[in-house]
Amino acid sequence: MDSAVAFLTSKIPFLASLPFWVVAFLVMLVVALVILGFALTYEGIATYIERKVAADIQVRIGPNRVGPNGWFQFIADGVKLLMKEDLIPAKADKFLFVLAPYLVFVGSFAAFVVVPFGISLIAADLNIGVYYVMAVTSLVVIGILLAGWGSNNKWALLGGMRAAAQIVSYEVPVGMALLPAVILAGSLSLQEIIRSQGGYLGIFGWNIFHNPFTFFSFFLYFTAALAETNRTPFDIPEAESELVAGYHVEYSGIRFAFFFMAEYGDMFVVCALAAALYLGGWQVPFVDVSGLSPLLANLLSLGVFLAKVIALILVMMWVRWTLPRLRVDQLMRMSWKYLVPLTFVNVLGVSVWVLAFDGKGIPALVMSLLGR
Amino acid sequence: MEIERLPESDELLINMGPQHPSTHGVLRILLRTDGELVTGAKPDIGYLHRSLEKIAERVTYAQFMPFTDRLDYLAAANCNCAYAWAVEKLAGIEVPERAEYIRVIVCELNRIASHLIAFGAFTADMGAFTPFLYGIRERERINDLFEMICGNRLTYNYARIGGVSHDLPDGFLDELKDFLDYFEPKIDEYNQLISYNKIFVHRLANVAVVSKEDAIAYGLVGPNLRGSGVKWDLRKDEPYSVYDRFEFDVPVGFGEKGTVGDAFDRYMVRIREMKESVKILRQAIEQIPDGPVMAKVPRVFKPGPGEVYFRAENPRGELGFYIVSKGGTSPYRLKIRTGSFTALTIFDKVARGHLIADIIALIGSFDIVLPEIDR
Repeated sequence: MDSAVAFLTSKIPFLASLPFWVVAFLVMLVVALVILGFALTYEGIATYIERKVAADIQVRIGPNRVGPNGWFQFIADGVKLLMKEDLIPAKADKFLFVLAPYLVFVGSFAAFVVVPFGISLIAADLNIGVYYVMAVTSLVVIGILLAGWGSNNKWALLGGMRAAAQIVSYEVPVGMALLPAVILAGSLSLQEIIRSQGGYLGIFGWNIFHNPFTFFSFFLYFTAALAETNRTPFDIPEAESELVAGYHVEYSGIRFAFFFMAEYGDMFVVCALAAALYLGGWQVPFVDVSGLSPLLANLLSLGVFLAKVIALILVMMWVRWTLPRLRVDQLMRMSWKYLVPLTFVNVLGVSVWVLAFDGKGIPALVMSLLGR
Repeated sequence: MEIERLPESDELLINMGPQHPSTHGVLRILLRTDGELVTGAKPDIGYLHRSLEKIAERVTYAQFMPFTDRLDYLAAANCNCAYAWAVEKLAGIEVPERAEYIRVIVCELNRIASHLIAFGAFTADMGAFTPFLYGIRERERINDLFEMICGNRLTYNYARIGGVSHDLPDGFLDELKDFLDYFEPKIDEYNQLISYNKIFVHRLANVAVVSKEDAIAYGLVGPNLRGSGVKWDLRKDEPYSVYDRFEFDVPVGFGEKGTVGDAFDRYMVRIREMKESVKILRQAIEQIPDGPVMAKVPRVFKPGPGEVYFRAENPRGELGFYIVSKGGTSPYRLKIRTGSFTALTIFDKVARGHLIADIIALIGSFDIVLPEIDR
């Protein structure tokens, strides 16, 4: 932040006459707008991709009317949602009803701040990045609870309660499944964790291949994260066929769109975390990105990072359109009886591994045996 | 309609339906729940009542045929034929053999179509939306076959008193054979895709169990009865039409993944019945004779005084027509007994003690169709 402000004030004399905090605020605003623009565009395109993936799995064609091959469908959808009448149920708690979608959206959008898009493309490289993501995504629970309560609808209330129970339960395995990567890098900063996965080993430098425990951790994290984002087979809070639409049953128009975008935003965040912590983030295998010119390095790392994230998102969509839904008690059992103990074992295993082998993973050990 | 509620309790009364994605039509269920646990469920019916039985008293015997289409829109051909058989039994009409074979063919085709929807809607209720569209894809070809036969795709109005409206078109049997060859492996595909999926089995096994005794006591019929392990199929046990000439098995539930009579058993009975229907169709294609498809029935059709009860095995169980004639051109009284209606009577008993999500499994596994309940 300081360096960005210093750079700007040296280039533009007018800014130098302003107090430091004004310039800093302007920089933050621009960065926030860029990320918001990215998030909204991504969410739009993701809905299109999801519909096309669903159509492909379901032997249908999918959207194909608006624009070439239906590419602008998401714009039409967005415009439609914007133009809809703003409906608030007569007996709803108006303040909570209006507040809820913003809380949910903020919870998912705020996590974008620490997503490491590229070698220097990160809005804020917080030294507590992983912790920060866990914290702000918990805001979503409050929003969903408010939506469920404020709607004054029994289905919404049931959905809200289910969502709260589910998200709170799955925070535990999600957090525990992230810890092994943090232990290996010795830092909570996402950029630090990604940098620790580079080197001469290529893709075998990634945390997922570090040792058997991290390998399982990745899958445990992905499963738990699926549940945290309320996607099928864990879409209990929405459960279309049971609760009609769960907590957002009374929402329409742009307020509904906020819930919708938050869901896709959440998907991106959890996939970005999975990619950053276990799949090497923006590290390009066998290419030392930091040695390239800044523009090329950033573009290359951005492309690689997005490719990894989108691949994971596609897996999420694939799972969604393939599997049936768990029941609410089965979901809870899965979290507390299986995922939580397994993630604890993994954390313990990784800790012991780090102590026993001085932080070296299996690939590094093999290479040292071969004399490298 | 009221459901008793304990005073001073934390229980919640929830109105499920008539607008609800999984009540399979305009069924309203009043749920009394303690959190997610259902402590009482009362189905409320009548939203779709069209007084078909009264209409029957005002129209002639032949004119009532299109109304039977609307009894069970997913198995219109079965309802057509059941009504035709009932009236023929009343009037003592001898139907040409070819017409009987054609009726068996359309009935079994329609049974497959109906079970495909039951399978698809049930899996969609369980949260897997994709198999539904696979079922629709296959049903589309059945609809095409029906379009070949009678020009309609949903409400066929194909059977006539004394036969069927017209003969099978040229090349139909070959098309049917093609379809069967295409369809039979698809059933195994469904089983691989979803039936034995771990989540799916966990959702259904030991859920909504109807014991053998209860099933008989509450008068369940069709796949719901057979799911509870009772081997009772009218096509075998009280053969009508030409059903006694075919070799086929009657699949029953045997507690494959849990208890006998759970939702999974009822589901698997339907899947297996599709295979049996394919068997019957293949034999019918081999056996079908040439000849007329319509008996000589007087233009002004007046059966003599008397009464008759006829029941046929429909996709949703026994469809019974009770017809009283006083010798006029229209029935004096016509009563329809349907399988979905009896299935609802056991609803409250089974629903108690289940979770809300299981209620959906319960409705789906009974495969109810609302027009048949409300008539």
